[in-house]
Amino acid sequence: MPLILNEEQEMLQDAANGFLKEKAPVAAFRKVRDNKPADGFCRELWSEMAEMGWAGIIVDETHGGSGFGYVGAGVLAEQMGRNLTASPFFSTSVLGATAIQKYGTTKQKDENLAAISSGEMLFALAVDEGPRHNPSRIAFSAKPAGNGFVLSGTKTFVADGHVADKLIIAARTSGAEGDPDGITLFLVDADAPEIVRERTPMVDSRNAANISVDGLEVTGDDILGELDGGYAALEGILSAGRAVLSAEMSGSAQQVFGITTDYLKEREQFGQKIGSFQGLQHRAAHLATEIEMMKSAVLKSLKDLDQDFDNAGMTCSLAKAKTGQVAQLATKEAIQMHGGIGVTDEYDVGLYFKRVHVAQQMFGDAGFHSDRWAKNSGF
Amino acid sequence: MSELEEFRTDVRAWLEENCPDEMRDGDITAEAQCWGGRQWEFQSEAQKIWFERALSKGYTVPSWPKEYGGAGLSTEQAKILDEERQAINARKPLSNFGISMLGPALLAYGTHEQKAQHLNGIARGEIRWCQGYSEPGAGSDLASLKTKCEDKGDHWLINGQKIWTSNADISDWIFCLVRTDFDAPKHEGITFILIDMASEGISVKPIVLISGHSPFCETFFDNVKVPKSYGEGNLSVVGEVNRGWDVAKNLLVHERGMLGTMSPLRGTTGPENLGSFAAEHIGHDSAGRLDDPALRQRIAQAQLDNWAYNLTVERMTDEANAGNGLGAKSSMLKYAASELTKRGTELRMDIEGTAAATIGADGIEYGSLANNWLYNRAYSILGGTTEVQLNIISKRVLGLPSQ
Repeated sequence: MPLILNEEQEMLQDAANGFLKEKAPVAAFRKVRDNKPADGFCRELWSEMAEMGWAGIIVDETHGGSGFGYVGAGVLAEQMGRNLTASPFFSTSVLGATAIQKYGTTKQKDENLAAISSGEMLFALAVDEGPRHNPSRIAFSAKPAGNGFVLSGTKTFVADGHVADKLIIAARTSGAEGDPDGITLFLVDADAPEIVRERTPMVDSRNAANISVDGLEVTGDDILGELDGGYAALEGILSAGRAVLSAEMSGSAQQVFGITTDYLKEREQFGQKIGSFQGLQHRAAHLATEIEMMKSAVLKSLKDLDQDFDNAGMTCSLAKAKTGQVAQLATKEAIQMHGGIGVTDEYDVGLYFKRVHVAQQMFGDAGFHSDRWAKNSGF
Repeated sequence: MSELEEFRTDVRAWLEENCPDEMRDGDITAEAQCWGGRQWEFQSEAQKIWFERALSKGYTVPSWPKEYGGAGLSTEQAKILDEERQAINARKPLSNFGISMLGPALLAYGTHEQKAQHLNGIARGEIRWCQGYSEPGAGSDLASLKTKCEDKGDHWLINGQKIWTSNADISDWIFCLVRTDFDAPKHEGITFILIDMASEGISVKPIVLISGHSPFCETFFDNVKVPKSYGEGNLSVVGEVNRGWDVAKNLLVHERGMLGTMSPLRGTTGPENLGSFAAEHIGHDSAGRLDDPALRQRIAQAQLDNWAYNLTVERMTDEANAGNGLGAKSSMLKYAASELTKRGTELRMDIEGTAAATIGADGIEYGSLANNWLYNRAYSILGGTTEVQLNIISKRVLGLPSQ
């Protein structure tokens, strides 16, 4: 299988590029940031995306989706990264849809996938309980009670947590904090009175929330995947999230690098275009090379998810590690090479810098993933 | 079954039947290659058999036309053959600069007669070629070369010196850049010429490197007479006189492509297997991690970078097959490959610590880790330094302005 997009995927890319440039460019994101709507994103835009089949991009056609798989999701995310598009796409259409489609029961699929595809229902994944990603360090408790469980605990940095209709919560049903065994995923209504959601404004102006749950009663039907064996499902959902988030960061990195090389070709100092200076040329050429490496890792991880989902974990880690580093380098160099205007709010490169920082923290930074790689490789 | 699938089935069966077991060790070090040439002696019967069987099918140069010794395979077929060969870990039956550098340039610029003689000689492993590009005063600034080539009617007269001529002492012919016009701007007075190393007036002196060994030589030209023609239509000059820079650039793209996708990244000098190598030498801590956290992090990082690099070679090859040529992007691969190769051996040296820095009473043993580590410093210099590659990327890929 060649490591390039096929014709259908290229058409999707062109369509996404055209739509987002017109409907959701960086200026639209600025508006959301400055007007501070309660949702933190534009509902009309999301409806239009859903109409085009983006909300159900990975969902099977039998459940109302468009069946484009993870390469398709990555193609869209890359264009969103280029335009800094804020939408519930990532938490709902990637994390939520993966969770239900890959690990849900028939009933859970029937109840949720069509609603995801139509854009009506929003999802959020609640995993981390501290500021650094660590999916096995879960203390959030699910204690057996009667026929079901009682959930209590807190979750941090839940993307789209405050707008979600449904939450997927990773809870501990047995074992000790840090133990991958004994974790169970629960699918619950987000508006239950036992759940308190507090929006946490982030530096990238996207949506996140801290969530605390106090004594929420659930049943065995609310379990997503295996009791005590939820970690495997969590890993699968996170892998999909890592790959698509990498695609988004890759788009941001490529866009900000394009803005920067354009600037190097225009800006004059000492009577010359600054792009003619070797001190800048070599850094730009190094970055261009790294961007090529990043693109390959991202595409491979998306293809692996489509071809062999259960064994794609390591390529997704590779993509996330590489992209975290390269996208950060691209945004840092963008600011530095622009000089003074690079640190102004008016200019766009700072917005990319902020978004990439938050995205590379989410679901593990480069250090987390190289550690994971080393562990998996036996050293 | 599609034609390509059928081809794959046939190739797989052919390889299975014809590649000797000894040639399926995946060894891609320079020492294990079959280089060919007048002085060549096969290292084993298996190597000879493998070469001869491949030759009979045109598989020493699969994508070259049949009339020039190849099998006339399409890019898709050649890729399939390569994949199937690698799938059984088979060595290449023949590899040398004739195949990777001169051949593609001749295919683009040579006359039919030039191709008929030289490509067939390469394909059959009869002639080993070396490259006469760099000079003592023309390194990164290659176009400033000064080796003088004068028109003497029926022949050319050549005087000057080349340096860093890989394997000049064991090569049969040299493809050479010479200056035919000293008054023209530097890129416009260069000619690309093919010379028999047995010509009177050529002498060769190997250069000892920091590793204690070297494939590199100095090559001296002292009143060397080169015939204008080796037979009808078979000129010694490739392309036009004074337009040799076009040929040289074409060849350099192939050289970078080769260096950018080259073997040192795999096997014992690259970052692959570093983790298990380190675990063996250093051991694990109580949590099962390598008992040297800083080294562990560096190894993991090098391996991830190496993985992303390998995927990029794959992606760019697929893009090239789909019609988007590699072009100046080969400089990105060359840059990445040489830096990764150095990192791989540096890490190996650090893992083995002082043991790796110990040498024998007779000096640094050929093929030892220290030997590789020292030799590998050359990767970011030969074939255009890292800095030259970065210049090329800036100008040809990114389109940044010149001063």
